[in-house]
Amino acid sequence: MSSYHLDHLQHLETEAIHVMREVAAEFERPALLFSGGKDSICLLRLAEKAFRPSDLPMPLLNVDTGHHFPELNDFRDRRAAQLGSRLIIRKVEDAIASGIAVPAPGEVSRNRLQIPTLLAAIEEFRFDCAIGGARRDEEKARAKERFFSFRDAFGQWDPKNQRPEIWNIYNGRINPGEHMRVFPLSNWTEMDVWEYIKRESLEVPTIYFSHQRRCVRRGGQWLPVTELLPSKPNEEVRELVVRVRTIGDIISTGMVESPADSVDDILAEIAAARVTERGSRADDKSSEAAMEDRKKQGYF
Amino acid sequence: MPHTHSHPVEILRFNTCGSVDDGKSTLIGRLLYDSKSLMEDQIEALERSADITGGGQINLANLTDGLRAEREQGITIDVAYRYFATPRRKFIIADTPGHIQYTRNMVTGASTANLSIVLVDARNGVTEQSRRHTCIAALLGIPHLIVAINKMDLVGWDEDRFLEIRDEFEGFLPRLDGMRDVKFIPISALNGDNVVDASPKTPWYQGPTLLGHLETVHIASDWDLSRFRFPVQWVNRPNNPRDPALHDFRGLSGQIAAGIVRKGQPVLVLPSGVKTRVKEIWTYDRSLDEAFCPQSVTLVLEDDLDVSRGDMLIGPDFLPGMSSEVRARVCWMNPKPLQRGRKCFLKHTSSTVQAVVTGIDSRLDIRTFESEPEPPELAMNDLGEIRIRTSKPLVYDGYASSRLTGSFILIEQGTNMTIAAGMLQPPTEIVKPDYTDFAI
Repeated sequence: MSSYHLDHLQHLETEAIHVMREVAAEFERPALLFSGGKDSICLLRLAEKAFRPSDLPMPLLNVDTGHHFPELNDFRDRRAAQLGSRLIIRKVEDAIASGIAVPAPGEVSRNRLQIPTLLAAIEEFRFDCAIGGARRDEEKARAKERFFSFRDAFGQWDPKNQRPEIWNIYNGRINPGEHMRVFPLSNWTEMDVWEYIKRESLEVPTIYFSHQRRCVRRGGQWLPVTELLPSKPNEEVRELVVRVRTIGDIISTGMVESPADSVDDILAEIAAARVTERGSRADDKSSEAAMEDRKKQGYF
Repeated sequence: MPHTHSHPVEILRFNTCGSVDDGKSTLIGRLLYDSKSLMEDQIEALERSADITGGGQINLANLTDGLRAEREQGITIDVAYRYFATPRRKFIIADTPGHIQYTRNMVTGASTANLSIVLVDARNGVTEQSRRHTCIAALLGIPHLIVAINKMDLVGWDEDRFLEIRDEFEGFLPRLDGMRDVKFIPISALNGDNVVDASPKTPWYQGPTLLGHLETVHIASDWDLSRFRFPVQWVNRPNNPRDPALHDFRGLSGQIAAGIVRKGQPVLVLPSGVKTRVKEIWTYDRSLDEAFCPQSVTLVLEDDLDVSRGDMLIGPDFLPGMSSEVRARVCWMNPKPLQRGRKCFLKHTSSTVQAVVTGIDSRLDIRTFESEPEPPELAMNDLGEIRIRTSKPLVYDGYASSRLTGSFILIEQGTNMTIAAGMLQPPTEIVKPDYTDFAI
């Protein structure tokens, strides 16, 4: 019987393909959130596996904060073109200019401002479903997330009143104005994602690999020095050999000192890691419920 | 290195049930901690919350209680999923709360599990809650059960106490169908005895540790490979005039719900009853000669038939039932009780149909395992047996023989809430095809 046997990645893969096809079959206007980050790179490969030889039955959508790593955006555009998929980009800057997103006085981070930008894009294109790459192992509010996560007409998540999700039967029914967020990678861990990248020989943006970069020590992290984030006098600045473990905005993503310059090195590094992936994201550290609060309002 | 596996690594999905008092969170914390799956920032976050809310005492429940309301009220509201791995297996834990919405959450967490851990406090022995846990695990057809008899340190590691509790379980287990593999393990989650490492305090116990059992329990034969079932999920029609090879491609995409399919074999399309053969088993990576449950594939058929989402392809062995009148066990999950005549949507595999509940035959008392006949209604968290009529016939199997083609959910019209989980009774009438190679 041993030949009728799936290993853990094949098991996660078939589950994710099943979820993707449910979306294609049950929604009229789905979109796939693609940032160019490692999780959404896996999502795209899974979409190819779910839908080829047909074209992907959904456009790609990205909310550009204006604070993205340039390497990430280059990769995003190139990958979308390779796939022959339509890529829709909506910018936080434009949302601010049109009054859709309103920064608080002195608010520098674009993290919160992605929420109204995303919701406006969903409304503009009348998307009834957005597929995202969030994983339950990332964060404990996400550990409570469903594969099919219902959002009301305001785009809100109600964690105390979620639809029970039983077996592999997903309830995709919604009323007009509501939408669904769907997370095919729910059961994947950071390690699974990298193992899948290795198995599928997927290309990832170069910033995941070790490179030299000027970094400034701030809030216990090494942040990249850029025009958006100049160093202040008296701050410690160093030229370091670093990589990113998780990609957020360029002003809040902690760089990890690492010599890892191959997927194998990264796998070894994660296996030995003593902090979680989100440990290098300043946006999650602000409070215990930072992620939960943002998700309730309509975050990814 | 942990990640360079010389052999394929399997996934084992299990659920834990019990309340904080049983030591459930402590046990999960212990498994994560001792398998080195807890990271420094998680431990730091635990310590931070200990200073604020716990008077300096680390509360392992804070690891799993991810929502603000849960931490504020000190209760678990919803199923949480946790992940850890050893070199032998990857584990997905569905951590289900012990009190609120108990049955609904337990059914949710257990529905995808290979194994269920029932925690028993050695001081209290078998409680109403342990009976409920075991009963639901049996109803959901979870093939493996671990009864973890916890807090053995508080009864002086007394073997007689362990045996007493085991005997009590074995007294009622035969009354539950389907409990094939039950393991009793004496542990102390707090101190870690017999959780990851064997304890020197139980020389009278020869069995595996809890993690040892999780790593080795045989799950490869849990999938049903005898009857081929393929619910059509999505019709794959590239309709690409630029590429002649793709112009006529018409594939049926889906996940094999049971059994094995081979290239060239005959299949029956239901409910239409038309027979054809499998021309190609297409996947993104390559064409296959055979595929099996639960692989996701795209099947190309010999004949150009009218087949769409909601249809099912089946193989010639073990024919399914096909009927618009079915009987099922359900777990009712909605605050509004279920009464006869209730209309709703029913989603079964990839097929969604209108349905009406034509009768409530019984209500199960999961404390006594007794059935109350003809109850007026089923309340939230009740389990009962009902009859349903559907607008189109279902092609199905009994839940006990095929989990994925024997299960369904009910959806409320209007709110679209999922209001019940259903497990179909074996069909009374099976499909009778007009073809001799589909023997009955």
